[in-house]
Amino acid sequence: MKLSLGPLQYFWPRERTYAFYRAAADWPVDIVYLGETVCSKRRELSTGDWIALAAELAASGKQVVLSSLALIEAESELGVLKRLVAEGRGWIEANDLSAVQLCRERGVPFVAGPTLNVYNHAALRLLMDDGLVRWVPGVEQGHVLIRELRDAVLAAGLAMPELEVIAYGRLPLAYSARCFTARALDVPKDQCGFRCIDYPDGLPLATREDRPFLRINGIQIQGDEITDLGPELPQLRELGVDVLRLYPQAEGMADIVAHYHHARRSPQPPPRIAARSGYWHGEPGMQSAN
Amino acid sequence: MQLVCPAGNLPALQAAIDAGADAVYAGLRNETNARAFPGLNFSDAELAQGIAYAHARGRKVYLALNTYPDSARLPQWQAAVDKAAALGCDAIIAAELAVLDYATRTHPALARHLSVQGSATTAPALRYMHERFGISRAVLPRVLSVQQVERLCETSPVPLEVFAFGSLCIMVEGRCQLSSYVTGASPNRHGVCSPAKFVRWDEHDDGRRSVRLNEVLIDRFEPAEPAGYPTVCKGRFEVGGETFHALEEPTSLNTLELLPRLAQAGVAALKIEGRQRGVAYVASVTRTWRDAINRYRSSPGNWSAQPAWQTTLTKHAEGHQTTLGPYHRHWH
Repeated sequence: MKLSLGPLQYFWPRERTYAFYRAAADWPVDIVYLGETVCSKRRELSTGDWIALAAELAASGKQVVLSSLALIEAESELGVLKRLVAEGRGWIEANDLSAVQLCRERGVPFVAGPTLNVYNHAALRLLMDDGLVRWVPGVEQGHVLIRELRDAVLAAGLAMPELEVIAYGRLPLAYSARCFTARALDVPKDQCGFRCIDYPDGLPLATREDRPFLRINGIQIQGDEITDLGPELPQLRELGVDVLRLYPQAEGMADIVAHYHHARRSPQPPPRIAARSGYWHGEPGMQSAN
Repeated sequence: MQLVCPAGNLPALQAAIDAGADAVYAGLRNETNARAFPGLNFSDAELAQGIAYAHARGRKVYLALNTYPDSARLPQWQAAVDKAAALGCDAIIAAELAVLDYATRTHPALARHLSVQGSATTAPALRYMHERFGISRAVLPRVLSVQQVERLCETSPVPLEVFAFGSLCIMVEGRCQLSSYVTGASPNRHGVCSPAKFVRWDEHDDGRRSVRLNEVLIDRFEPAEPAGYPTVCKGRFEVGGETFHALEEPTSLNTLELLPRLAQAGVAALKIEGRQRGVAYVASVTRTWRDAINRYRSSPGNWSAQPAWQTTLTKHAEGHQTTLGPYHRHWH
């Protein structure tokens, strides 16, 4: 079983980002997803910087995948996507059909990211014809749905592409044209001042009963809970999961990677280090109680 | 520009047609469409009746099959496509690749419109759907500015339909799991946002009301305060020590004043949201937009949004407020 670092969902200062990935070069992760998936205004690293960083990490032995935006609205954003596909020299994580089409037109292999809405074997098969090589199911798909899909692929006499599941991190739940960080700080979206750089793990949102509920991350909304599928490792193995995705957090990521690295080599499942995922068990996503 | 109106049931369909809709969109009474609410939608017989009613008056009926089947349930969606063809629907409105693929192969003569749930916001995404499934129209998600809509009209391989009026879904359609995170019932998979069985209103002794979604407090209202829809995105929450509508106020999208720009851009159709709304809403909103479009057609140079139209539309808006939403650059 391989470990991946999912794309950085938050906006970190340039030096922090470089420090994170230079450290990650020595971590026991096999795959690193790089690039901006949430907001195109986040330009501490330019597209060229991300591509250069990809080359650097690839040289250290990692498989590098360039991730693309989940929501593309402007021509300039499409321009960035075209450049990633043309110059990336590797796989692309397609988080939108725009990326699927550009990869298809250029014959570039792609990973179907969790926002691509692949829910059944027939859709997966169509995308495999287009160049899909790895599939990350959407956040709400738990083990029963994934198993049904896998069985239907195998029953059709096809091979499954690589299967990657989100094992650790805050789940990306929604995207909007609105910037919720700008709204919370009462600044116009066009003059946001890049304030989400002040929230390296997102901006907490609680109910009026002080119950932590969601995280605001620019135009993205995440669940507040950090999901941990470590204890479900036997089930993940049995399901044929090839890659465990760990989403970068601001603090302690080296330890989290070490925890999962130990777990993947151990016959015993590890203790839970964060919240149980309701989604994985066919329940509401925030159902964290056992 | 075609006017496409919501039909949650047969009386609403007839009201929309009578009020001047060029086309209506409807759903079956199951999870194949994104408004799978109890008491809403069409039986086969009602749909056949509705199609006959519309066709007799030269109008069209589109069937929304805009949810995402998992592998085990795909045959149900395929059967719904077969039904649309058999009953003589003028098009299906679909988002999911396998559903579109099945329709393309099995009923090539049945027109395929890409649903807003397909989240296509760029020319390459539209190209994909056009090349793969021969879609003849696409409905744009409510996330683009009017400038971006204009640009997309120039580069899209297919005619475009945009939302003109109705409750504002602020997340990219087809990509929102907020309701599913709280309830497990998902708009994409089950066709419902904030299912009624998870919504609980509590009246307090002091006259205040609370609304919970699967036990999560979404909002609390003062005695005289009007309540919006009980969805996560319209609730009030605490961020940075302040309590406010952190995601969106209860408000509706209203693009009436943009009508000339949308027409000049070459937008093929304007869509009214609201299959969950009653006959009075459908009739009144349809009549208003029909009038506005007709006046624009007869005299594009002298057109302006009449106050009476705006008054009527505001009356039907959620929370009696409207916004240009993302069409407006300063929206945040």
